[in-house]
Amino acid sequence: MSTLIEYLQFPFVQKALIVGVLIALCSSLLGVTLVLKRFSFIGDGLSHVAFGAMAVASVMNLTHKMILVMPVTILCAVVLLAAGNRRKLRGDSAIAMISVSAMALGYLIMNLFSKSANLTGDVCSTLFGSAQFLTLTDSDVVICIAVSVIVVILFIVFYNRIFAVTFDEAFAKTSGTRTSLYNILIAVIIATVIVLAMNLVGSLLISALVIFPALSAMRLFKSFFKVTVCSAILSVTITLIGMLVSILLGTPVGATIVVSDLVVYGAFAILGKCVSH
Amino acid sequence: MSDIVLKCDSLTLGYENITLATDLSFEIKEGEYWCITGENGTGKTTLMKTILGLTKALSGTVTWCDEALRDGIGYLPQQTDVQKDFPASVREVVLSGCQGRLGFRPFYNRTEKEMALLNIKRMGIDDISGRCYRELSGGQQQRVLLARALCATGKVLVLDEPIASLDPKAAEEMYELIDSLNKKDNITIIMVTHDPEAPGRFATRELRFGEEISII
Repeated sequence: MSTLIEYLQFPFVQKALIVGVLIALCSSLLGVTLVLKRFSFIGDGLSHVAFGAMAVASVMNLTHKMILVMPVTILCAVVLLAAGNRRKLRGDSAIAMISVSAMALGYLIMNLFSKSANLTGDVCSTLFGSAQFLTLTDSDVVICIAVSVIVVILFIVFYNRIFAVTFDEAFAKTSGTRTSLYNILIAVIIATVIVLAMNLVGSLLISALVIFPALSAMRLFKSFFKVTVCSAILSVTITLIGMLVSILLGTPVGATIVVSDLVVYGAFAILGKCVSH
Repeated sequence: MSDIVLKCDSLTLGYENITLATDLSFEIKEGEYWCITGENGTGKTTLMKTILGLTKALSGTVTWCDEALRDGIGYLPQQTDVQKDFPASVREVVLSGCQGRLGFRPFYNRTEKEMALLNIKRMGIDDISGRCYRELSGGQQQRVLLARALCATGKVLVLDEPIASLDPKAAEEMYELIDSLNKKDNITIIMVTHDPEAPGRFATRELRFGEEISII
């Protein structure tokens, strides 16, 4: 316990925790929508795109990689969504194509041009999240806070529309709701969250951060509002615990958080069974 | 003469290379009960989607009366896969029927919440209004969706096979409910249906898709 308190005195640990909590909050908000709209595969594809963009950004030695990664990922989200709307199958293969190509290109570019001495380490940390998370600069933290605030505000303002479009798109459209606009909004938020979360858990584990809290909450609660609130609380708590555990035990941050998510999901699944019987 | 609610003028229906119907013209008047019938793939759903503005007609025009445009059209779609595991309470689903009234407001106001409660009572589902939509029986789910449609309109309901997945008893109750909305509240009904008995029992008019399209 005393080691923990000692660690918490360090500014870099505090920064990491603030950013971690914000990322957890943002990523959990759209979980239900993502799971139910079968968009989880888009999330997965986008994280690969973000990896590719990240590779290009690091080769270009950009100080703020987000400036490149964020717009590229958002653009891909919009393109993929448009493709997915037209033909189910073509959308699926488009996602596979774009995500695999982005991944391969990213790795290739890193291999060819990177001046880093520890290439494998760089790739690994982009894929699985990194210890670099503890070396966040002040501007990283500010960007993260700003983006999170925007995401949360957008979600609250459009909460009723997001519910309507997720629950029943046809009905929403006949009621005059501009469904394609909101679908794009959802895609943009997803892309933003993925880029943010990549710093924390790495691009391969992002989907877990987005989907697990919502799936756990859905086991226990029966209204959209309660599920959303519960998954936000779960996500923040689990991420905090996961981060603290990883700092204390020296385990990898991303993997620790995802495994904690899995444990909580198991607990909620059992609890849900007990409640319904 | 009662007022015309919906006027379709020389519609051509279809998609890509397939034409399902040509030169289809009809007028639906206030308080009428229309059944749209026919085999699968003959164009009933396409017609319904066209009058709802979900798909475009290849040619021709669909004109709603001003009142319907202002008050909105209540749509009861078929259930989708998404809804089968959607965590939403009955109240949340019904309230989402008011989304057309939101305008630029982000949240529902008191009037809209009261309207949702009223329609929940009207459909006789107030005892289950706190329950989760996905756990209800087929008949209860249809009532919830009907209450939602009523939040969107006071005038016209467009129903897509409302009894498709219901057992006979629930189907009968659903029919009675729709019939009373038509007779007591003078709501115009446009119903796509597979049930061959429905037109004879309830409808004032029938539009039948087949070799030829007939309006009876």
